[in-house]
Amino acid sequence: MTDDSLLLDVRDVSVTFDGFRAINNLSLALKPGEMRAIVGPNGAGKTTMMDIITGKTRPDTGIVRFKGRDLTKLDEPTIARLGIGRKFQKPTVFEALTVVENLMLSLKGIRSPFSVLMARPTARERERIAHLLKLTRLEKHADRQAGGMSHGQKQWLEIGMLMGQEPDLLLVDEPVAGMTDAETMATADLLREINRTRSVVVVEHDMDFVRALGVTVTVLHEGSVLAEGPLDEVSADPRVIEVYLGR
Amino acid sequence: MNLLSKPGARSFPGAVRMAAVVVVVAIVLAGASMLPESNPLHVSAFVVSLAGKYLAYAMLALSVDLVWGFAGILTLGHAAFFALGGYAMGMYLMREIGARGVYGNPNLPDFMIFLSWKSLPWYWWGTDHFAWAMLLVLVIPAALAGVFGWLAFRSRVSGVYLSIITQALTYALMLGFFQNGLGFGGNNGLTDFKDILGADLHTPTTRAVLLVVTGVMLALALLISRFVVGGRFGNLLVAVRDAESRTRFLGYRPDQVKLLVWVFSAMIAAVGGALYVTQVGIINPGEFAPANSIESVIWVAVGGRGTLAGAVLGAVLVNLGKTLFTAWLPEFWLYGLGLLFLVTTLFLPNGLMGLWRPMKKAAPEEVTPEVSDTQGDEA
Amino acid sequence: MRKAGWLSGVMAALVMGAAIVFSPLAHADEFDALASGHFEDMAGAIATLAASGNPQAVPVLHALEEHQLFASSQGGLFIRQGENYVDARTGQPVSATPPDLHPMRLNNRVRKALAGAQAEMELVAPQRDVRLKAATALYGRHDPALLPAIDHALSVEKDSGVRVKLEEARAATILGQAPVEGAQSQRLEAVHTLAGVGGLEARGILASVAAASVEAPDVRKAASEGVSAIDWHLRMWSVFQNAFYGLSYGSVLLLAATGLAITFGVMGVINMAHGEMMMIGAYTTWMVQQGIRATAPMLEPVSILLAIPVAFLVCGTIGVVIERGLIRFLYGRPLETLLATWGLSLILQQAVRSIFGPTNLAVETPLWLSGSFALGGMDITLNRLAIFIFAGLVLGGLMLVLRRTPLGLQMRAVTQNRRMAALMGIRTPRVDALAFGLGAGLAGLAGVAVSQIDNVSPNLGQSYIIDSFMVVVFGGVGNLWGTLAAAMALGMGGKILEPTIGAVSAKIAILVLVILYIQRHPRGMFPVRGRGVES
Repeated sequence: MTDDSLLLDVRDVSVTFDGFRAINNLSLALKPGEMRAIVGPNGAGKTTMMDIITGKTRPDTGIVRFKGRDLTKLDEPTIARLGIGRKFQKPTVFEALTVVENLMLSLKGIRSPFSVLMARPTARERERIAHLLKLTRLEKHADRQAGGMSHGQKQWLEIGMLMGQEPDLLLVDEPVAGMTDAETMATADLLREINRTRSVVVVEHDMDFVRALGVTVTVLHEGSVLAEGPLDEVSADPRVIEVYLGR
Repeated sequence: MNLLSKPGARSFPGAVRMAAVVVVVAIVLAGASMLPESNPLHVSAFVVSLAGKYLAYAMLALSVDLVWGFAGILTLGHAAFFALGGYAMGMYLMREIGARGVYGNPNLPDFMIFLSWKSLPWYWWGTDHFAWAMLLVLVIPAALAGVFGWLAFRSRVSGVYLSIITQALTYALMLGFFQNGLGFGGNNGLTDFKDILGADLHTPTTRAVLLVVTGVMLALALLISRFVVGGRFGNLLVAVRDAESRTRFLGYRPDQVKLLVWVFSAMIAAVGGALYVTQVGIINPGEFAPANSIESVIWVAVGGRGTLAGAVLGAVLVNLGKTLFTAWLPEFWLYGLGLLFLVTTLFLPNGLMGLWRPMKKAAPEEVTPEVSDTQGDEA
Repeated sequence: MRKAGWLSGVMAALVMGAAIVFSPLAHADEFDALASGHFEDMAGAIATLAASGNPQAVPVLHALEEHQLFASSQGGLFIRQGENYVDARTGQPVSATPPDLHPMRLNNRVRKALAGAQAEMELVAPQRDVRLKAATALYGRHDPALLPAIDHALSVEKDSGVRVKLEEARAATILGQAPVEGAQSQRLEAVHTLAGVGGLEARGILASVAAASVEAPDVRKAASEGVSAIDWHLRMWSVFQNAFYGLSYGSVLLLAATGLAITFGVMGVINMAHGEMMMIGAYTTWMVQQGIRATAPMLEPVSILLAIPVAFLVCGTIGVVIERGLIRFLYGRPLETLLATWGLSLILQQAVRSIFGPTNLAVETPLWLSGSFALGGMDITLNRLAIFIFAGLVLGGLMLVLRRTPLGLQMRAVTQNRRMAALMGIRTPRVDALAFGLGAGLAGLAGVAVSQIDNVSPNLGQSYIIDSFMVVVFGGVGNLWGTLAAAMALGMGGKILEPTIGAVSAKIAILVLVILYIQRHPRGMFPVRGRGVES
């Protein structure tokens, strides 16, 4: 019962950690080119859902299909190569490398250790990196060491690396945590820009940010979907209000 | 786990310079040993073989640095690959003795006759051919490293756990090689070598040539290592070292990345071991002792891990110190070595190269990545 | 009633034999015959006396055996009791020492008769334990001359325990004889009995039966089956024996590894100097023993008990000092910690070598820990058993500390989530120091135990440390049950493999197995799971 028109099809997925049901019969469908925001209180299973899609955690039951392929048997590198990119909640860049070196490693293409060993930068790669530097506004910092940059700059570098992978689907975990308001709005612009060519799933707490994205919202609670729809509709749902404001 | 964080550090001009220095020193010492003894510049055979030994150790240090300094794998068992290379060379040298052994058997080494063996075990076949033996020097340690690394990295054994099982690996090999039945001379190992490729191992000329060969091989290893860790692959290694799981989500397979450098490193260690045996004249199971492997780690730490030249520098300096120390105050050497471990880990995390670099180029102090970022990968 | 019955039976059985050996010389009674000094006559008299039921038989024969029986040249037989003599016939003391006494001499003929007679008397003695002992002794003698006595004893014996022993003795005695016509079924039965008894003695008899060409084929077949059954039993027991050795070695590993596991669990560091803490514990034991020998020799048997707290405190204190002075500066750098503690281990080894010399010291095992006892076919040595019990007590105590004390609670909290524990107000530096001290103290206790079974030398720690690491890696951290299971598995595994493939190969096999196991289960047998533990 799979729908081939879907890019991502998560169906009836459950996972248990030592008796604790982190994800409970979760289903989520994403059309090609769609951007979806996922909200939910702490422990709702947002990060675990990302872990399942990217192959870090195996579900106990259920299926996950991406472009029609079952992901539940694949490992992280294979899924990444299929075209799913992931940005972590905490910016994770290679701190000992420069911005350019970080971007170079992210570029789609060479992945096997031997070809990496023999690889020399090509003109096309230089062009791509120049483009990414511009997109992430890091041109001035190209040869700076990533570890020495600010939190926001690292977030942007990581988004740049995600773009370098040229994925069909981006999973973005709390991209604006710790950002200033201006940075937050700029990030929303960037994600919308990205969404013109790629599908995006954003997990975020920040409601202003979610509003700025202006997309369909899925509310998770205790490992299942509680509500789904436009933000205004969802935020009027009494169950959602109860979950967010307490009982 | 921050090292080598300065921009451009991975271009390693030091490695090229060190390669040149090593070759020049080897040639000069070798040349000086050929001078007549009356000449004030004459260098004794003892010094020549000592220098050869240091350079062989430097190859071991280089191999440890490749996996520890760049891939973050603290190996406590690399002497196993060094010793295996040594044994492969030892097999060839044993066969070269031919009928000149005590028992005069043209085929069987003395220790096999002593065990009243009637024929060569199959794994000794062909070891009388230099080329085959040299192939074994490379292939056997590489195969062992490949199998071990494949198993370990694939199942994400890392950090302290990995260190401990590398130690267990070399310990198990040591126990095995002590067994007479294994066919490598048991306790005594392989020794009493006569010549190599027809040249008498005990003449000054052969010794001089061997020193130069060792120097050249070390220089080659330095240059190839620089190629391996200098480019994009080096960046990938550092990426795997500092944030292994992140590389997975980029589509890389860190296990394969580590395996490649691990096997390459084992081969360098093995070549070092083979050259070591030609100049020391003996290989026995003691070379597998876990303490040897750990000692080679401290050479790297002293020189500066994550810098290719530092590994060579550390190996030579520490071993020079050991030679002098054990000659003057033998009972204090262990205190000295112990203190070296403490002082280096506490006060010199980047080794001697780390001391030297800031003086040369006052680079801004880098931001230390949070400990917890890497701890998950390690613990 | 019963007494009369057995007496007449014995007489009937023995009169014929006695009649044959009696010499033609006539003696008034058996006492006269005994006093005659003719070995032939004496042997006959012994048999008669034994069969007579005379209450003097036992003391007289005993005295003869002990060279306390004297004859007077004027007739009469006397038993010496210290300075005095009693009349052998009556058992009454004599007022004056009889003149011209000469001791009764024995030859092999007489000695044999004496032993047989005593066995016969004991077989029908009223006391159960005397009969049991006699029947058990007969098993090893298989003297065909005693067969009638055994048969008689069997006919009157009621006690089942003694009967079993008698049956066994009978079977051994029958098989000790050459086969005779028509006795086949009897021999077959005897073979089965012996096969059931087991042991090296029975195996020897059965093996010779199986090899004898005069024996009937089915008897031989049964005997060789019996031999293999006994062999199988012996092998089983040797497996148990090795399992016992494995348990005691596993106990040492457990003592050594719990400390490592605790420091690894709480702080994520491996203390390479842990083996040296064991070594210091062993040296402390030696010093305590020397000190007590010099100051209070009467306490020497318990010096090992006094050494336990001393070693714990000495090593624990050193551990705290190491943590405060070294480890804490390397926090978050577990690999550097490993190297630094290795350096420390070199220094400690050399220091002990400089102070105490490089040679082995002997820690004496107190008498109450020496020796062994048999359990089935196993030989249980007391010192190894004590180590087993000691390890159990230490593990139990440790569980109590971890479960019931505030420190234990804090240590478990830090093990599971250091940052959260710190946020909850746990002073993690203090917990680190105490955990490291506890680990070192446990190593000291391991050292006390090892001093009882191994040489105390500066290298002591090195010989246990790799196995201890394997235990920690195998068992996983943060779970003492895992450490226990791993220690016992490695200890027993090695010792059970040892007889078949040799000690070194067993060790290699175990190392390789653990290395392979770690590939499948990178976090040991009892891993801590959940979202938080992985990167």
